[in-house]
Amino acid sequence: MLEILQERKLQVFEKGTDDYAIECGKASTAGSVSQRACVFCGSRVVLYPIADALHLIHGPIGCAAYTWDIRGSLSSGAELHRLSFSTDIHENEVIYGGETKLYSALNELIERYKPAAAFVYCTCIIGLIGDDIDAVCSRVQREKGIQVIPVHSEGFKGTKKDGYRAACDALFRLLGKDNETPVSPYAINIMGEFNLAGETWIIKDYYRRMGVEIATCFTGDGRVAEIGRAHRAKLNVVQCSGSMTYLAKMMEEKYDIPFIRVSYFGIEDMSKALYDVAEYFRNDKIMKQTQDLVRNEVSTLLPRLADYRRDLEGRKAAIYVGGSFKAFSLVKALRHLGMETVVVGSQTGSQEDYDYLKEITQQGTIICDDSNPLELSRFILEKGADLLIGGVKERPIAYKMGIGFCDHNHERKIALAGFEGMLNFAREVHATVMSPVWKFSPARIKNKKYLQQNTE
Amino acid sequence: MITAGNKLTETTSFVSTRNACKLCSPLGACIVMRGMEGCIPLIHGSQGCSTYIRRYGISHFREPIDIASSNFVEATAIFGGKENLFHALDNVTKQYQPLAIGITSTCLSETIGENVPMYLHEYQINRTKLPVLFYASTPSYRGTHIDGYHEAVYAAVETITKKNIVPKKTKRINLISGFVSSADLRELHEILISYQIPYTLLPDYSESLDGGAWEDYQKLPQGGTTIDDIAAMPEASGTIYLSTSVNSSRNAALFLRDYFGVPATNINLPVGIENTDIFFETLNHITGQKTPVVWEKHRSRLIDAYFDGHKYCSGKRAILYGDADFVVAMKLFLEEIGVVPVLAADGAEMDFATILETSAGLNPDFVIGNSKGVYLSRQLGIPLVRCGFPIHDRIGGHRILHLGYRGTLNLFERICNTLMEAKQNAAPSGWTYI
Ligand code: SF4
Ligand code: SF4
Repeated sequence: MLEILQERKLQVFEKGTDDYAIECGKASTAGSVSQRACVFCGSRVVLYPIADALHLIHGPIGCAAYTWDIRGSLSSGAELHRLSFSTDIHENEVIYGGETKLYSALNELIERYKPAAAFVYCTCIIGLIGDDIDAVCSRVQREKGIQVIPVHSEGFKGTKKDGYRAACDALFRLLGKDNETPVSPYAINIMGEFNLAGETWIIKDYYRRMGVEIATCFTGDGRVAEIGRAHRAKLNVVQCSGSMTYLAKMMEEKYDIPFIRVSYFGIEDMSKALYDVAEYFRNDKIMKQTQDLVRNEVSTLLPRLADYRRDLEGRKAAIYVGGSFKAFSLVKALRHLGMETVVVGSQTGSQEDYDYLKEITQQGTIICDDSNPLELSRFILEKGADLLIGGVKERPIAYKMGIGFCDHNHERKIALAGFEGMLNFAREVHATVMSPVWKFSPARIKNKKYLQQNTE
Repeated sequence: MITAGNKLTETTSFVSTRNACKLCSPLGACIVMRGMEGCIPLIHGSQGCSTYIRRYGISHFREPIDIASSNFVEATAIFGGKENLFHALDNVTKQYQPLAIGITSTCLSETIGENVPMYLHEYQINRTKLPVLFYASTPSYRGTHIDGYHEAVYAAVETITKKNIVPKKTKRINLISGFVSSADLRELHEILISYQIPYTLLPDYSESLDGGAWEDYQKLPQGGTTIDDIAAMPEASGTIYLSTSVNSSRNAALFLRDYFGVPATNINLPVGIENTDIFFETLNHITGQKTPVVWEKHRSRLIDAYFDGHKYCSGKRAILYGDADFVVAMKLFLEEIGVVPVLAADGAEMDFATILETSAGLNPDFVIGNSKGVYLSRQLGIPLVRCGFPIHDRIGGHRILHLGYRGTLNLFERICNTLMEAKQNAAPSGWTYI
């Protein structure tokens, strides 16, 4: 049996057996094969969907090459975000500095692609070779007449969360530019929704049907000009709170816009996300329309879920995702499918997040922070999971152990948010868990015998 | 090496890289390390590099690829990474019980001037029963994933063969492969086995990056070149290195020649009849044998297939891209079947955006290379024949066979069938015979 590294013991918790606060928010243990990425990754995720901006990655080629078009963020028009631009620095720049190259790169790219704004991401070694990125950016901004915003996302200077923060700082600089375009008195901003597989469109449509306008979505199907009027919305609705709460707080302070936290996954959370907005506006018509919408959607959804639930009842799930907020929704959404969560973890959860997870899960559930493949494979086996929900890096763990897998990461190509997303989710889970192929899995066969012996 | 046929369209050259057709060097090094038995790669740098490289590799091979990281934090970048490295080595050894740990650097650790060889020396002084430790210096601001690949081969060979001070000479043969698919490595095994002499194939991820279903979770998937086989390389009567782009100062075959007197031959990847003939001739020369009959049969079948299919591809114009070794070999193969490679781009020198801009006036019929060419294929409205690395949008990319007569046959059929399918789809009547 695998031994959990000493340094990580307090990052793993079994409900009913252990009694301590889960350790979190610390740097990954050296030598542990963490599933986490870096600061740069955090910034890139948040800003990437802004489709009419230039995203220039200042650094050696790898950081740009590995992130080329990896997200499924859709755009209804411009698609500049899907191209990968790098200053591709070489030895020469490492020795003499990369400012000149950055300057020329910005110039040629702005000329060629005519972006509405430009983001310059600093990767690890830029922090070391001493480039004055801010100076280069403001020079180009002056010369080219568009905003050129440095994103200080050197990979080693923190975790993905610091990357979110750097992205929020960058977004904040785009605010307050447009005070002309009319904005409805019932306008909100959606925050932390990245239009993966068109999810932003689904959510926007719900709000519209309620009678609520969307001023801006941060950043799904995002446009620079639209972000420029976000400061005139009445309410910020924050989903994926890990990435966007920081910006919401800044906006509250500067523009007096309150914010609420929501999640668009699962039935309760999705409904609540709509009701909370309706309640905020205290408008009878909006409330009435919201009630109609939710009733409608839920009543068409539930019978369709029932078919899937019949097959899935009693199956067990393991969840390992980036942010823990999503994990909450997934635990609840799985219950609608008759499935219990036996392992749940995240790369970047906080103390409160884990406490909440302890509350909503059953006895015996394993809760883990910043886990690694060896631990995950062991937990899956021990708890007899039938499904793993995670990202591409976790996929082979599931398949090698002969269990189903559902991609709930930024790379997914199927919309999982909203009521129709819930149906897609059920379909996905059903397709993978109920596939007949698992009967051939040697691990499954062995584990079944083992678990049977133990319960006898 | 960039060639463009007929007319080369004018494109402005960019300082920046737009849609890179290359990856960073630690990636190549990690693949080699996962092609050694019980070996785990450890990237000396920050977390992101290792996670990205894992993700990239997993999407192609669809296998677990565990890569450890020494997890630089801000203080590490200022005070140096020795502590982190030691700590990482301790933890990796404890969790994985590896036979070897391949350490690769990153841009970050190189920039702050980490002296990893010295660290490793110190680390090994008071510790016993350690796995084999070897180090590949792989800053990406110098070279691409292919350079990282060759560097790791060199580092492994140099470190592990050192102990073999006075090697006895045997009839062994060394085959060092370029960056090919798992299926290609299996093909190379079959070829070597048919000569019935002991051999070392390095690296060998034919199993470790294309394994079966498991009963128990394997910390490090089975398979890979054994340490013993690498240690025996100085005893061989010849080394064949399937790369002509490898830098001569970091060429493991030349190292074996200069230190141990093992004759070295660098040849192209055996893609196409002519390249494959050269491969067999080289094998025959070193072993003193004739090409085993089975391969003659495959060769003959391939020629027959060329005849059957030649018309579908004759005179067709292709855009080819990838790393230098792949492009050099593929270009000869395409020419051999009558396809005109109107553009053959070495990804180290040309990015996808430039390839697209250059293609405009070249009238290509199809694109051939890794799956990142989807973007070209869609923009140009012509089909893509997927091969090479990576294939991120299909399953089985790591099982595409390119090498030898059978690999060539596979590629030839893929090309012909792709062109036939395009023709069929475009024909109003559809055709049932083509
Ligand atoms: S820093 Fe260097 S090693 Fe790391 S991902 Fe970027 S290019 Fe690759
Ligand atoms: S170099 Fe730094 S920024 Fe780039 S991928 Fe690696 S950790 Fe992230």
